[in-house]
Amino acid sequence: MSFNWKIMVAEPFSAKTSSGPVPTYQDKPDSPTPDDLSALMMAVGRDRDLQAFELLFRHFGPRISAYMARLAADMGTAEELMQETMIAVWNKAALYDPAKGNVSTWIFTIARNLRVDALRKDKRPAFDLEDPALVADDTQPADETLQLKQHSELLKIAMAGLPADQGKLIRMCYFDDLSHSAIAERLKLPIGTVKSRIRLAFAKLRSAMEAI
Amino acid sequence: MMSIGHHVGDELLAEYASGALSEGWGIAVATHLALCPQCRRRLATLEAVGGELLDEIAAATVSDSAWSSLAARIGHLQQAPATKPARQPLAGQITIPEPLRSYVGARIDDIKWSRLGSGAAQVLIKTGDASATVRLLKIPAGKPVPEHSHGGRELTLVLRGSFHDSTGTYGPAIWKRRMRLVSTSRSPAPARTASASPSPTRRCASAASCCDCCSRCSASDRAVRDKGKTKP
Repeated sequence: MSFNWKIMVAEPFSAKTSSGPVPTYQDKPDSPTPDDLSALMMAVGRDRDLQAFELLFRHFGPRISAYMARLAADMGTAEELMQETMIAVWNKAALYDPAKGNVSTWIFTIARNLRVDALRKDKRPAFDLEDPALVADDTQPADETLQLKQHSELLKIAMAGLPADQGKLIRMCYFDDLSHSAIAERLKLPIGTVKSRIRLAFAKLRSAMEAI
Repeated sequence: MMSIGHHVGDELLAEYASGALSEGWGIAVATHLALCPQCRRRLATLEAVGGELLDEIAAATVSDSAWSSLAARIGHLQQAPATKPARQPLAGQITIPEPLRSYVGARIDDIKWSRLGSGAAQVLIKTGDASATVRLLKIPAGKPVPEHSHGGRELTLVLRGSFHDSTGTYGPAIWKRRMRLVSTSRSPAPARTASASPSPTRRCASAASCCDCCSRCSASDRAVRDKGKTKP
């Protein structure tokens, strides 16, 4: 099914669930670009645009479910956590700031926090950007959207170019909630090897992103 | 070890960004992040890695009713779009940043310390994390860091003052007193403990919860350490 994201976003939407068949992006050859997703997210935040939100759901819902399923006991739990994540996305949509990161990153952090809260016994301590005791960042320019977009593209390329062993470790760390020592145990590798591979991988990603 | 000037390494920061880092270590890392804009910018990159991975993950099949039930749930929500919470005014003199503040309170001067001897004092911080022990230490100027030994890693975050040991000097010396937040670990592998500290004469004066190497650990320290382990 072919589908034009930009036009969908530009059209005025009524706040109704669309009727008829909805596009599923799993069978769509080209995925929405980060710009498409950002425009949808802004429409949700600004206008409470339900149709834009549905498109975000079509893209992220199955991915968040898969992410939750890596840790959840069953698919039912994974889907419930996906729903909670999407509700949090809806509620916090106005806080999304494209200058701070792309939509996938923002939704990843929401899903990550919900996953820890729901499926782990301990907490994930977090700093608070509004905390008066936090040391504020004075060096960041107000709008880094363009640079961020370039970074995001370079990061995608660099991640695709990582050696298989490094990419595997990073996926285990991000998807499977495994500490480096747990990864070492599972792969029967010395912890030093795991750490140095991960360090190496991130050094590559950083240098790729700084190559603008 | 870290302080401003000694930053959180990529591998530890990646564990935090991915969510895999457990609570005890997370307190030290996140409190450092509150104090270090440079590390927060590095964290943003590592969270972007998470975003890319979420994009490329093999999508799961969601149930046919997933969207209609989500839309129904949203329809029942109050239509009050989220707004940025206003920055809270300083309540008194807040000196301890989040997330540490949630564990020990807002002001260093109001903390109830347990004495350790030689003027040093500590607060053991309760967490749901059995893999690490977290403590706040207060050490008078000129006094040694209470001696301790344990397997595995240790993170130290200086909140006030500075200290030095055989590996370097940590923390900007701009305060009168010294403070450390120390997160110590029990090594998960017994062999590692043995190789890290094979000496039978080692002492364990302060980091009582790190090991069973001596009898100097207090019973209450051991109770705190064992609390997480006995949970089902």
